Order: sequence, then C-alpha cells, then structure tokens
Amino acid sequence: MKTIRIGCGAGFSGDRIEPAVELATKGHLDYLVFECLAERTIALAQQAKARDPRNGYDPLLVERIESVLPACVERDVTIITNMGAANPVAAADVVKELARRLGCRGLSIATVTGDDVLDLVAGGDFAIAETGAPVATLRDRLVSANAYIGAEPIAHAVAGGADVVITGRAADPSLFVGPLAHELGWSMDDWPQLGRGTLVGHLLECAGQITGGYFADPGYKDVDNLSRLGFPIAEVPEQGPAVITKVAGSGGRVTPATCKEQLLYEIHDPAAYMTPDAIADFSQVRITEIDCDRVAVDGATGRPRPGLLKVSLGYRDGYIGEGQISYAGSGALGRARLAACVVQQRLSDLGVRPDDVRYDLIGVDALHGERLSGANREPYEVRVRVAARTQSIDAARRIGNEVEALYTNGPAGGGGAAKSTREVLSVASTFVPRALVSCTVSCEVI
Amino acid sequence: MKLRGIGHSRSGDKGTIANISLIAFDERDYPRLARHVTAARVKAQFADLVGGDVIRYELPAIGALNFVLHGMLGGGVTRTLALDAHGKSLSSALLEMEIPDDDC
Repeated sequence: MKTIRIGCGAGFSGDRIEPAVELATKGHLDYLVFECLAERTIALAQQAKARDPRNGYDPLLVERIESVLPACVERDVTIITNMGAANPVAAADVVKELARRLGCRGLSIATVTGDDVLDLVAGGDFAIAETGAPVATLRDRLVSANAYIGAEPIAHAVAGGADVVITGRAADPSLFVGPLAHELGWSMDDWPQLGRGTLVGHLLECAGQITGGYFADPGYKDVDNLSRLGFPIAEVPEQGPAVITKVAGSGGRVTPATCKEQLLYEIHDPAAYMTPDAIADFSQVRITEIDCDRVAVDGATGRPRPGLLKVSLGYRDGYIGEGQISYAGSGALGRARLAACVVQQRLSDLGVRPDDVRYDLIGVDALHGERLSGANREPYEVRVRVAARTQSIDAARRIGNEVEALYTNGPAGGGGAAKSTREVLSVASTFVPRALVSCTVSCEVI
Repeated sequence: MKLRGIGHSRSGDKGTIANISLIAFDERDYPRLARHVTAARVKAQFADLVGGDVIRYELPAIGALNFVLHGMLGGGVTRTLALDAHGKSLSSALLEMEIPDDDC
C-alpha cells in the first residue's frame, strides 16, 4: 500500500528554521509544508504590498527556502507553502532567483493565485459575519480581503510536477490535503478521505505543537530536550490510520497526549470542522501509541464542503499605545496601584480620551483579572501596564509617555519603563459564494 | 483537588471565540471530568472574561472535553488590549478549578 511521508517545517511566520532543515535532510520526506499565515499576517502583508508592489510575501521566505532547497532538490522533496501571503507572484519570483543562485536547474515553481478578493468584496453586497453590518461600511479602512482557498489548486500544481508550490491565503490543512489527494488518488468529492487528510493537516499545521512544543509542564508533562524540539512527520497510507512521528534523535516527544491537545487546538464542534475542502468530523478519532514517538490516528471522516468560502477582512482600526514600569520589594503592590492611579488622572487632565483603556498589574492580575488571580497576596515584584486604544497616533503616544514619566514623577523605585505605539489592524470575516472565487495555477521551470 | 491533578489542557482563539480543551491523563478519569466540569461551571470560572455562551463538546473516545467560549471580552485577538490577546493562558486557569478528591 502506498504511504506518503509529509512533514511540517513551520507553524507560524516567525517559527524556528533548524527543525525544517532536520526534516529536509533526515526526514525521508515526500513533501515539506511551511504554514506561515495567521489571521492578521495577511493584512499586514497587504499593507507591505501597498507600499511596495514587489513586497507582501513572508519576511523569512528567502531564509527558509534557502535553508532547505538544496536538500529538498537532492532528495526530491516537494515544498508547499503559503509564504506567498499577499503576493505569491512576487514570492515565486524571489524563489526563482534564489534557485538560480543556488544552481538548482530544472526546478518547477508553481504559484497559486485567486484568494485576493478585495475588489469583489469591497464592491459587493456582503455582510461582516461578526456584526452583520455591510462590508462597505469599512470603506477606505478596508486593507485586505482574502478567501480561504482549498486543496484543489495545490493538488493540480503537484500533479503538474511542481517542486515548489507557493500560495497566498490557502486554508492551513489544505496545504497538506492537496498533495495527499494527488498522491493517494482522492477525488475532490471523496468527503471521508478529505476528512482524513484534513485531520493530518490539522494535527501538523502548528509544527512543534504536536511534538512536545507548547506542552511541557514540569512534573506533570515532561518533555525531553525541548530546546532541540523536532518538527512532525505524518505517514499517510491510502487507507487506515496515519502515523504521527518525528525525526529520530530530535528533541521533544510524540505521545497520545501531545496529539490530543493538538487535535482540539482551535477546534469548536469536533464533528464539524469547516474547511474549504470538506466539513471534517473528528468526533470519533482514535489515538493510539504504537511505539516510542509513533502515534496512530484514525477515525476521521468528512461531509460535503460548504458552499461559501470564508473571507478574512483586514481593516485599520485606530491605534494602541502602551507603557510599562516595574516596582519591587515591600509595598511594591501599593506603589504599582498608585502609579496606575496617577497615570489615569494625568491622562484625564490632559484630555486624552481613549476609546478603551486597561490598567494591568503584571504578576498580579494581568492575564485573568482579580477574581481568578486571588490578587490580594503581596508579590515581590509588580509590573504596571497601561494600554489604550485611540483614534490618533498622537493620543497613543501619550499613554506610553505618561508611564515613562513615572520615573521622575511617580512613586518610589519605578524601573525598567518601556513604551510602544502601533496601528491596529483588526480582522473580521465574511463569506462569499465559491463560484465567485477562481484560482489559477501558473508554473515555470527554471 | 485541582483539575491539574488528572487533566491537561490547551487553549486558543478564533476571533472573539476561545476554546479550551480538557483531556484526562488517564482515560479512566474521563467520567469524573464529564461529571464535574460542566459548561455552567466553566462559564462561572471565566465570568470576568467571557460575555457569551459556553458550549461543551464531549469526546469520550479520547477521554476529552472541548469548551467553546463565545464573546471573549475585549474584541478578539487583533484589537483587544489584553496582555494575552490569544487567550493562550486560559488553559492554566481552567486547570485551577477544584473538584472533589475521590469519587471514583
């Protein structure tokens, strides 16, 4: 029975590079996937593209591809990535240039486009899913609209012999479902098989999160050699369980517990995980350890795909200004509370009227609020954090400035002040009929 | 005892919706989790952070529950002022929940 080995070399745009090199050289892979797009990343990339039409792809594209391409060429490993972000065409040009420089002749590089639906959505009659308001109400604040596209164009690209496939906003699991569908002969309406493939993609898409990353809790959940965490490989046969594993000798571990945590990560109804390829059903999934760092996963299925595609909307949404400062020793909590009160009064006196503001005491109540934190104990050190959303960058700057000014104008012993301002790019979603989104695969051999 | 003694958890977000898994270390403890960790108790635990409904999904085949928390206050990952914009640390707060020591 044919079995495909597919690895995940990145689970977010800033992920570590070394585990992907390890996968490329020692993983005996057929495919190496890099998943680098979060909800907001694509909106940021659209802004970069607006400033420079040759930009808008992942900032680490060259570094990542350069680190694995020679090994992948030598071992015939196909690379699939959504690092094209807002500009897959420019990303492909950069990869072509890189391949020439590295002397990789005869390489076939495919580009998938069509996810950018800004013109369609800005000019159409679509509602924002979260609020029900028309998308048109965002007007010139709308900076991006990208549909989550599925596995089909990726499968076409690999069927056409691509060695590197570069997409924009493809859905994360679809980066895995595409090559699996091609290799294992699944038709794009074989819902149970697409559900199986979606399970594999979902488990792998966050890379180290299934091999012991984001898992360790000393004494409860111990992980060997976390600093050299290896990234995952799935062995996917035509039928039956897939096996999740990692490169022998790499750090981390693959156990039923790591697989269960990742199975439910960012899942709502496990019986209805919506993707562009199928509505996957993970509710009957079974997870079994078969050897050290080898876990079998089985029992996923699927139902017909949704008729609408989800679209991620990025829009400018004001500014956030922030400042922090620390207090220590006896009375630290009291001085920190006084500092927060002083900043609040000064912002009010200055006429700064934020849309929203919060005062946190880091180390006391910042993450979950006073009630869950039991905030009455006296900590050795406290960090005051003031964050506010404002309409203007100038107002945002006032927040951090007033915190910094606590050095000479606040309670005793404040240290380590820091401040920042940033434009807020918010993300909302809408849905468009699938028929209105057409994807194109273009391929060039260099 | 705290849930941390028999269960582990991971949390994340999509927009203004967070989810928190709760997984028995030993699948034989799943009925205890299912009995004591109801959607209502989770909603009460996170009352300061969640505005909307809490829905519980059961996965007995892997000994796990999945809680979906609607209406996270602050407006979701991209615009919230919260320090942990993604709700990644919610898992640790769930594991603080007290359950009876032994009722097996």
